[in-house]
Amino acid sequence: MTADTVTNAPASAPAAADAKAQPAYPHTNGWAIVARKEVADHLHSARIVVLFFILGAATLIPLYFASDTIKSVAGQLTDTRGAFLALFLASSQDYPIPNVITFVAIVAPLLGIGFAFDSINGERSDGTLPRLLSQPIYRDDVVNGKFVAGLAVITVVLVAVVGIIAGFGIVRLGIVPGVDEVIRLLLWLAVTILWVGLWLAFGLLLSVRIRRAANAALVGFGVWALVAIFGQLIVGVVASVIAPWATAATLEQAVALKALSDGILRVLPLTIYQEASAVLMRPDLTTVSTPATIAQLGQLEAQVQGQFLSFDQSLLLIWPHVVALVALMAVCFAAAYIWFMRQEVRA
Amino acid sequence: MTIVTGRPSRRRRSASAAAAATASDPTAPIRTRALTKRYGERIAVDALDLEVRAGEIFGLLGQNGAGKTTTILMLLGLTEPSGGSARVVGLDPTRHPLEVKRRVGYLPDSVGFYGNMTGRENLRYTARLNGLAGDEAEDAISLAVEHVGLTDRADTRTDTYSRGMLQRLGIADALLKDPDVLILDEPTASIDPIGVEDVLRLLRQLVHERGITILLSSHLLNQVQSVCDRVGIFAFGQLIGVGTVPELAERFGFSLNHIELVVDADPEQDAEIVRALKRVDGVIDAELGIALTDRTLAEAAAAAVTTGDLEGPPVEATPDAPAGPQERIWIVTTEPERELHAMISSIVGAMAAQRLIRIGRHAPTLDEIYRRAVEQHGKRRLAEGAEGAA
Repeated sequence: MTADTVTNAPASAPAAADAKAQPAYPHTNGWAIVARKEVADHLHSARIVVLFFILGAATLIPLYFASDTIKSVAGQLTDTRGAFLALFLASSQDYPIPNVITFVAIVAPLLGIGFAFDSINGERSDGTLPRLLSQPIYRDDVVNGKFVAGLAVITVVLVAVVGIIAGFGIVRLGIVPGVDEVIRLLLWLAVTILWVGLWLAFGLLLSVRIRRAANAALVGFGVWALVAIFGQLIVGVVASVIAPWATAATLEQAVALKALSDGILRVLPLTIYQEASAVLMRPDLTTVSTPATIAQLGQLEAQVQGQFLSFDQSLLLIWPHVVALVALMAVCFAAAYIWFMRQEVRA
Repeated sequence: MTIVTGRPSRRRRSASAAAAATASDPTAPIRTRALTKRYGERIAVDALDLEVRAGEIFGLLGQNGAGKTTTILMLLGLTEPSGGSARVVGLDPTRHPLEVKRRVGYLPDSVGFYGNMTGRENLRYTARLNGLAGDEAEDAISLAVEHVGLTDRADTRTDTYSRGMLQRLGIADALLKDPDVLILDEPTASIDPIGVEDVLRLLRQLVHERGITILLSSHLLNQVQSVCDRVGIFAFGQLIGVGTVPELAERFGFSLNHIELVVDADPEQDAEIVRALKRVDGVIDAELGIALTDRTLAEAAAAAVTTGDLEGPPVEATPDAPAGPQERIWIVTTEPERELHAMISSIVGAMAAQRLIRIGRHAPTLDEIYRRAVEQHGKRRLAEGAEGAA
């Protein structure tokens, strides 16, 4: 550094500034660059391998045990509508193993939380967040990119697992899906991605709010356990608090009690998803609402068995569920987004 | 009182250059007016007026928590100011954060990288975020990595890097976008001494070759002194002094009319040397100083005890001081109006009989200036507080 730099520099610096005055603005897609890096990270991480194997193994095992049942039942069926989808619904008669869609409903939240719980606080604790935010991208590109990346990777995993199951069914059991069934499967996949997306957004929210990744994971899995395992128990408690007089002594009371606890249960997003996926995967389900009176129960029983809904009718039936899931996901994501935008860059 | 020798010529030249451009410069790459940041009750940055001129290295000095990082974050648009305004490369960082971030390279305090990626991959991500791709990006990465001396480690994962290597990679990262302005928060923290030299040399080279403007913050004062053209002393969220080191020395009451000379002589010759020095026209006083340079710490400590001029734990002076000739340091006070070079010539003449080793201006270190500045400011704040109470 000498005196001549001091005098020379002002002449050269504005020149450099002029050259850059009209920028070609390539950074409107900052989120895509962030997402690309995040996807690569996810695909290289150990957790995707673990999750893929858990999901894959745990769906193939019940399928393997159930395959004999399906085969024998499928042989007797004259109307094969829904036989392909039975692959996802069948459970073993000999072993207490849940079927595929129940399993996905329970495990998918783990996927979502697992991919998001350390996304923002991890950057923070690694000291990469200030560096990332000092690049010419908008701040929300970081959150958006990470969410999109998580969703993309989970979609890939789910599609792969569903593909394996369908392939297994076609090759080993010789069950070929019809158009209606394929559409139902795709709709179910879409709702499932929504379901995982909800938990991904929740995980993202935790990673924004909770500074330590380990704490965020604990809270996330705690909420998951509450929803997946203790939900039923809590509903029982709440129902008995609201209606302490209720006993299942008479049929009327039993129906009323069931309607009440189902109503409470529907507060849980898990119920919403499970109802939606059941209706989508079972064309024979014509209602999601619990009969509130004995008369309704009678109506339900009087319905002709073996009556199938077309997929658009099923979709209509669970449309409120879809809207509820979208709304829940939007709320979680919006909370994460707003908090992140307002947060100081420094801890 | 410690003495640091050398670098007198550079200081003087940049001082005169700075004096020529004291008027507010509208083209200054970094300008703030009454920039303020409040966190609730606490004022982190208090009505800051800062100006960093094109092509200079400006050092922001201050203790931890003085508001340096907050200021930097506001300059980058990463934190919204509570009041006042800032202009970086002519733009308001709050309203045009993207354009500012595109042209300003930033090395954050304790920078981090993705440990599962190599250094090169990390930089590639940054390049992509800056709109660089393909060969253009690869060339920029290779150049940046070479600049900071990490070429041979660029393809190993960054979780194997030492803190100092991460710091250097951080500088490479900031250089990728070919910035007009470089903002470095504690750039030399946790780099080993040789690495620090390399980094400082790199910064000077960047200013030279590309005309980059650099703002760096640090609490390592001697490094700041060695590399910065101008320095701003930051305390309690306020800039309590700005200027070159000699300017600051003067401002905070250090007189600059001291000459330091080192003579290879016995202690018995002291009286004779004092007489010779005092006979020189324009010399007011001459006294022994101590130096920590060129000597072992033990010797320095011993000297400190004999002259009684060092604060800190007392160190026992060795009863039998090293015999024979040794370096004796003298501080000569001259009349203020005397020209430095003329005085040096006269003193050299007067010391013809002695074995003179070194002679030059004795400037206070930035360390000393900083201490006094903060002290004075603290006293003034106290006084103002008392007035306010009364």
